[in-house]
Amino acid sequence: MIDQNGPMTSAVSAPVYNDEAIRKFVIATIFWGVVGFTVGVLIAFQLAFPALNMDLEWTSFGRLRPVHTSAVIFAFGGNILLATSLYVVQRTSRVTLFGGEKWAHVIFWGYQIFIVMAALSYVLGFSQSKEYAEPEWFIDLWLTVVWVIYLVVFAGTIFTRKEKHIYVANWFFMAFILTIAMLHIINNLAVPVSFTGAKSYILWSGVQDAMTQWWYGHNAVGFFLTAGFLGIMYYFIPKQAERPVYSYRLSVVHFWSITFLYIWAGPHHLHYTALPDWAQTLGMTFSIMLWMPSWGGMINGLMTLRGAWDKLRTDPVLRMLVVSVGFYGMSTFEGPVMAIKAVNALSHYTDWTIGHVHSGALGWVAFVSFGAMYHLVPVLWQRERLYSLRLVSLHFWIATVGIVLYITAMWVSGIMQGLMWRAYDELGFLQYSFVESVEAMHPYYIIRALGGILFLLGALIMVYNLWRTMRGDIRAGEPVVASDPTTEVTPATAAAPN
Amino acid sequence: MSFHKKLERNSLLMLVCIILVVAIGGIVEIVPLFTIESTIKQVKGVRPYSPLELAGRNIYIREGCYVCHSQMIRAFRDEVERYGPYSLAAESMYDHPFQWGSKRTGPDLARVGGKYSNEWHVEHFLDPRELVPESVMPPYSFMADADLDYEDMAAHLKTNRHVGVPYTDEMVAYAVADVEAQVDPDGDIEGLMARYPKAVVANFDGDSSRITEMDALIAYLQMLGTLVDFTGTSAAQPDGED
Repeated sequence: MIDQNGPMTSAVSAPVYNDEAIRKFVIATIFWGVVGFTVGVLIAFQLAFPALNMDLEWTSFGRLRPVHTSAVIFAFGGNILLATSLYVVQRTSRVTLFGGEKWAHVIFWGYQIFIVMAALSYVLGFSQSKEYAEPEWFIDLWLTVVWVIYLVVFAGTIFTRKEKHIYVANWFFMAFILTIAMLHIINNLAVPVSFTGAKSYILWSGVQDAMTQWWYGHNAVGFFLTAGFLGIMYYFIPKQAERPVYSYRLSVVHFWSITFLYIWAGPHHLHYTALPDWAQTLGMTFSIMLWMPSWGGMINGLMTLRGAWDKLRTDPVLRMLVVSVGFYGMSTFEGPVMAIKAVNALSHYTDWTIGHVHSGALGWVAFVSFGAMYHLVPVLWQRERLYSLRLVSLHFWIATVGIVLYITAMWVSGIMQGLMWRAYDELGFLQYSFVESVEAMHPYYIIRALGGILFLLGALIMVYNLWRTMRGDIRAGEPVVASDPTTEVTPATAAAPN
Repeated sequence: MSFHKKLERNSLLMLVCIILVVAIGGIVEIVPLFTIESTIKQVKGVRPYSPLELAGRNIYIREGCYVCHSQMIRAFRDEVERYGPYSLAAESMYDHPFQWGSKRTGPDLARVGGKYSNEWHVEHFLDPRELVPESVMPPYSFMADADLDYEDMAAHLKTNRHVGVPYTDEMVAYAVADVEAQVDPDGDIEGLMARYPKAVVANFDGDSSRITEMDALIAYLQMLGTLVDFTGTSAAQPDGED
């Protein structure tokens, strides 16, 4: 009876959880993941071969890039966060969702409509041109309503819980939901030109808008892509490893230091700009301080495997989850380094930033999501086990090679760009014209796109594997490992309707 | 830890604590930017965008140019030599939203105004690789065929006024007329130039029969970074690291 409580405790009776909407969120995650990765591969090739822009207004890099970022962050990432948070909060609170299946479905459809509206609006030429906050005012309002319902359902479930303690994963989910609400509303305050038109003007301007935007932008990373996914880590790694979280004390310190410190880090996106120096220095200082709690969280995740390290050999799902925490550690080390002004002077405006984002997004966010889905699908569809663990392993290796190609290509191209822009010849003139640096990027843009193809290929293998799992198939001749989800399907969940 | 035991048993207390903890950083970093006067040092020459420039800027925003072009020259020797005097906060004080950008797949555009001819821009938008073979920029030929939608420019100016841009009643009244005046070098531009000093007046896209999106976008690009006179100032001297 592991499934109903904090990961390692057990209880007497489990309610029949509201899992119908969660199954839909999982399918949406898979769907939008493939869409987001595919658009990513396309725009990566556009940078290597600009003819792929096709000289159509709807298919230019400028319009498709927000489609890619929104699809992977808000559609893929958002759906897995909704799926896991609503799954975890029921099991760790031992109650069904506040508002029940109906309101969970309202969130589901409301959120999918938000995604479709946002993607269509970029392609058709409506954008606020604020990075990761591109949707126009009416889409922002729609999302605000959906998000408040989500907050009420999530917090209401915790409020009505039958467990004394709020489980640590829920602290992170709660911080994620609350902070995203605050960031989204303040960063998107705008006055529409007309209530029947899409165009609006943002309330903030110039330097204040820059600060507000990166306060939002960096904490979309900090709370959407980090705190939320740490919630996933704190539930699914202990579950998959069948071990309790390493340290309660570390969880407490990790949680409060992350929530307090992250918010301050935004100005490191604005080093050496017209933002006042005092704000830049604050941003740099807090970014460096963030390194410690980030690694505290990494250690807490990794050390949860103490005494169970051998499972990494036999359980590719656990391997994926653990490697995601490794990537989390790597990108949360790289981030503070890049936030140091002297380093940022070189790295800012270059592909290094893109590489950094993707080591976090592909290595951490996507891998921990894949791991969570490999764990979730057999449970949610009441299947004995995954269709194939070998395919999980194959997915893991193909995607890992893809990530390595991607980030190494971007390290080389980014640092090369930065050095070329500041290079002087012996006569004291700038050594390279800008377009020479563009030309030098070509081979790395191809390598990056190939890395993206491998990552997409891995995801397609996952789609096939999960689809067969949902159908109830089991691949012939596969070994069954100790930590196979089989052991976790309890009579109570197995008997649940749907 | 005993306080925390209490905290994790009380969902409302937890919720309030989270809100307090995440609010602090933003309050300390953002609020002073509105109250400390030295945040934006006033400089002569900065003015609101002319209606045609604003329409062009909206196309720049619509197309997501910021994903590849920055508009923020940092105070480094190489950037000042490559792009011009480093950017001042005042130069984007009327920008709703700011377009400083975060990536230079293409060059910085903060001072691109006047660097290339209108004809160069037209050719470049039609087919960037015709002029710069190594370029990876998408072509934007559709803009040459797209009529500019400028009937509601007065409403755009008024909305900007709501968010703090000092457009006068006169500017609002002449919003549509000023769009038409700015693409007609042979017409009466006295009023336009009084309202928007240094505005570039030209038949930007070379097609005098109509006003296209290409006209507006090029008008915007041609004024970028041209409003402030930097001759003899320290911003024109590289003073950062090199």
